[in-house]
Amino acid sequence: MAKSDVKLLGAWSSPFVMRARIALNIKSVDYEYQEENWLVSKSELLLKSNPIHKKVPVLIHADNPMCESLIIVQYIDEVWSSGPSILPSDPYDRATARFWSAYIDDKWFPSMIAFFWGQEEDAKKAAIAQMEEGLVLLEEAFGKCSKGKAFFGGDRIGFLDIAFGCFLGSLRVTEKAGGIELLSETKTPSLSKWAERFSSDIAVKELISDTDKLAEFGKKLQAKMTANN
Amino acid sequence: MGDEVKLFGSWASPFSRRVEIALKLKGVSYEFIQEDFSNKSPLLLKYNPVHKKVPVLLHNGKPIAESLVILEYIDETWKGNPIYPEDPYERAVARFWAKFIDEKCMPAAWKACTAEEEQEKAMEEACECLKTLEGALKDKKFFGGETVGLVDIVANTIGFWLKVIQEMMGVKLLTAEKFPVLFKWSEEYVGCPIIKRDLPPSDELMVHFRAILKRAK
Repeated sequence: MAKSDVKLLGAWSSPFVMRARIALNIKSVDYEYQEENWLVSKSELLLKSNPIHKKVPVLIHADNPMCESLIIVQYIDEVWSSGPSILPSDPYDRATARFWSAYIDDKWFPSMIAFFWGQEEDAKKAAIAQMEEGLVLLEEAFGKCSKGKAFFGGDRIGFLDIAFGCFLGSLRVTEKAGGIELLSETKTPSLSKWAERFSSDIAVKELISDTDKLAEFGKKLQAKMTANN
Repeated sequence: MGDEVKLFGSWASPFSRRVEIALKLKGVSYEFIQEDFSNKSPLLLKYNPVHKKVPVLLHNGKPIAESLVILEYIDETWKGNPIYPEDPYERAVARFWAKFIDEKCMPAAWKACTAEEEQEKAMEEACECLKTLEGALKDKKFFGGETVGLVDIVANTIGFWLKVIQEMMGVKLLTAEKFPVLFKWSEEYVGCPIIKRDLPPSDELMVHFRAILKRAK
């Protein structure tokens, strides 16, 4: 397929963009990547392709634009069906992967956001507690989904690995900022080991950002939003 | 096939009703268990410990929660009368609108109908959402085309529940004047046999909502 047939609008700092890129890597798709400097300005193509949310990632395939990271990942899985499968084949396992991915996006990640933007100590503490609770659930989910294998998806990285693994960078930044350990060998032994395996996977490795670089970006983001208010 | 299907749900919940629409569409027999929110059953708490909410589908003893996850599971498990489009791009578009309805549209509409402060702003946001959703309909009879599809099923909140709430609260949000295309769709929608049978009686729903709003205060 011609490279220009597949285009991804993204941002290096975005865990959601990372999801789409991991999926494209797993399927060995040749694609054109356009970095959006969204803190400064959004490109015309982005605004045209995602007029409703105006966010990355946006996948444009054969001139068809689509957005929302997990929707993009499922699309990639369905279209490039000859590559390794991202979603499990069994409908119940698929439902389980989708359930936990929705939990991560709807409940777990918002608590990380609450910590990031929290102004008062109490709010930050509550956010951390929620994150820790979530990690306990995810540690348990890992046991059930992996069935003794290396990843949530089994022998190789799957949908839930991608949905959760993209946040490892932000998790490290949160740990540093809060002076806490969220993923640890004592609290979350399975997830700790899984995190290492995920980060070193060939489809993921090149996409991992330096924690300090991410933290610096976070500070820029906070400064800009505060200046706007 | 020896399938055992149970649904933990509620007559008043659009999320629960969505699942019923899908199961009936596929001709799947199921046992319905009505949950009392003020006194959740031990089984519900066992099968959905994370959210403790309805709907929960139990298929041969295995629980699935979250209505959109359940809908997709139903479509993948029972093949007749497909709910999701076959084409991957159309599927991505359908999933997008389903998410938009649940995450943006309905919350904005609920706020516009029930907000005591900043009602004007809430109304503006809700109108923007509905306008966007209306754009997805274009000149089709249903979001799914000639027949009801995923987005229509998920839009039961907009097509019916919203109309009940807005009438109850005296708010004119989804009207024929403001959203002619969407309004027309909603009229077709509630008249559609496979949807109609899973719509609760409006007056009972109003009583139910009044109680919820009272408790919230």
